Amino acid sequence: EDLRVDGRGCEDYRCAEVETDVVSNTSGSARVKLGHTDILVGVKAEMGTPKLEKPDEGYLEFFVDCSANATPEFEGRGGEELGTEIANTLYRVFSSESSVDLKSLCINPREHCWVLYVDVLLLECGGNLLDVISIAVKAALFNTRIPKVRVLEDEEGSKEIELSDDPYDCIRLNVDDVPCIVTLSKIGYRHVVDATLQEEACSLASLLISVTSKGALTSMKKVGKGSLDPESIFEMMETGKKVGKSLHIALQKILDEEESLGTSRQKVGFLG
Amino acid sequence: MAAITMRLPVARKAVVPSAPRGGEKHLVAPGDTITTDTGYMRGHGTYVEEEKLIASVAGAVERVNKLVCVKALKTRYNGEVGDIVVGRITEVQQKRWKVETNSRLDSVLLLSSMNLPGGELRRRSAEDELAMRDYLQEGDLISAEVQSVFSDGAVSLHTRSLKYGKLGQGVLVQVSPSLVKRQKTHFHDLPCGASVILGNNGFIWIYPTPEQKDEEAGGFTTNSEPVPLSDREVISRLRNCIVALVTQQLMLFDTSILYCYEASLPHQIKDILKPEVMEEIVLETRQRLLDLEG
Repeated sequence: EDLRVDGRGCEDYRCAEVETDVVSNTSGSARVKLGHTDILVGVKAEMGTPKLEKPDEGYLEFFVDCSANATPEFEGRGGEELGTEIANTLYRVFSSESSVDLKSLCINPREHCWVLYVDVLLLECGGNLLDVISIAVKAALFNTRIPKVRVLEDEEGSKEIELSDDPYDCIRLNVDDVPCIVTLSKIGYRHVVDATLQEEACSLASLLISVTSKGALTSMKKVGKGSLDPESIFEMMETGKKVGKSLHIALQKILDEEESLGTSRQKVGFLG
Repeated sequence: MAAITMRLPVARKAVVPSAPRGGEKHLVAPGDTITTDTGYMRGHGTYVEEEKLIASVAGAVERVNKLVCVKALKTRYNGEVGDIVVGRITEVQQKRWKVETNSRLDSVLLLSSMNLPGGELRRRSAEDELAMRDYLQEGDLISAEVQSVFSDGAVSLHTRSLKYGKLGQGVLVQVSPSLVKRQKTHFHDLPCGASVILGNNGFIWIYPTPEQKDEEAGGFTTNSEPVPLSDREVISRLRNCIVALVTQQLMLFDTSILYCYEASLPHQIKDILKPEVMEEIVLETRQRLLDLEG
C-alpha cells in the first residue's frame, strides 16, 4: 500500500529547488532545497601539485561544514563528527576513476594541476542529507568554470603559466558520469526513499548507494544499527538504481533549463 | 514509478493582505515603543522603561480598554488554566510524569491527577506508584487539560475525564501555539472520516475516528489494529492541509481545516505540499472563511 504520512509513495522525492551560481567568488556553486533540507555547495579551483601516485591528474577535496543554524546539536563542535563522516562518504563515492575526468584537470604533469576544493555547507537539516548533498555537488560541478591556462616555455626551460584575460574563456567539467547518492531507509518491512526526520528516526538501517546517470553503481554503504537481510539489500539496490536514473534525468533537465535562461535569469539567492 | 520534481526557485511575492477587519494591525519588534502615554496598564509581551511602553516580543499589539499586550507570532506555549494540550512523556518520576508540551519548562502530570482505569476514585497507594510505568511510559503521547500553572511558568496537567488519556495510532503535527484558535472544544470529529485534537500548545493530533464511542476505558487501552488505507489517506490529506495552512499563517480551527480539506480534494495528496498548489488551496480557504463571516 504505498502511502507515507505526507501522502508520498515509497519511491517519491519531495519537491526540490535547485539554483546554481549563487556565490559570486567561487568557480561554481549550487544551492539545493528539498523540503526542510537546505544545502549550499561551493567549488573553488586552485592550482596545486598533483599527487605522487597520479602525476597526470588533478583531484577533488571535500570539506563539509555543519552550520549551527541547521540544528542546535551542531553548536560549537557538535557538527564535526557528522561533517567528517559525510566528507568520507563523498570521497568514497567519487573515488571511482570514471566519475570526474581528472586528466582534464592536469596542466603540467608532475608539476601543476587544478585542485577542486568542494565545500559543502549544511544550512538546514530536514532529513535525507546525503542525497541532497550529492545533487548539490553535481549541480555545482556542472556550474564550475575553470579558467583556461597556457603554459609558456622560457629559454632556460622554466615554465610559466599564463591565465587568459577573458573571464568567459574557461573550461567546463563533464558531469555526465558524476554519481548521485540515493539513501534507502528500511522502515518495518518496506524501504523508502527520501526519508524525513521523523521517518529517519523510525528506521533502524539504511543503505546508501551511489548511482551514475547510466544506472551503474559506484559505491554502497550500510548505515544504522539495525540489520539488513541480503534479499532486501538486493531489492533496495534495484529500487535505488531505478530511482537514481530518474533523479539524474530530472536534475539534468533542470540544469539545462537554467543554463538556457542564460544571463536573463533572475537570481533569487538567499533573500528572495 | 518514482516521481521526482525539480524546479528553479521563484522569488516570494509579497502577500496581499486581506481586508483588515477592525483597522490595521500594529506590528512591533522587540524594542519598539508602543506608546508614551502612561495611562495604560502593561500586559504580556511589554515592559516599561523611562515612562515608555516597549514591546519585548515580535508580534501584533492588542488593546483592550486600558490593557496593552503584544501577542507574539511564534512563541513557546504559555499555559493557561483550562487549555487542552497534547504532550509526550519524557520522564517517569516518583509520583508524577514529566510531559513535553513545547513550553519553556516541562509540564507535570501528577499521579493523583491521573484517571485510574475503570474510573475508580481512591487514594493512590504505593502499588500504584510502582505500576506507573504500566500506565504511561517514556515516549507515549497523551491528551490532557491544564489544571494549574506554577509560579515559574511550569504547567500542571490532569486527565480527570474519560476523554483524555493515552493516544493511540495517528499523526502528530507540530505548529506554533499562536496559530491554534481558542474555541469551546478542541476535540473535533470531522465529517471526512478522521478526528482531530487541536492542542493549545501547538501539537495537533489526527487519528481515525473510533467506531464505538461508549467503550472508553479511561483512555489507556490502545488499538494496535492496522488502520485501513482509506482512513490513512484522509489522515495524510488532513496533515498536508494543516501544514499548508501553517505555512500561509492561517489560524487553525475545525472550519478552516475542513474548508482546506475540501479545497484540496481535486489534487493528489502529495501535490498539496507543492508551493503553488498550497497557495491555491489556502487562497480558496481564506475566501470561503471571509464569505462565512459575511
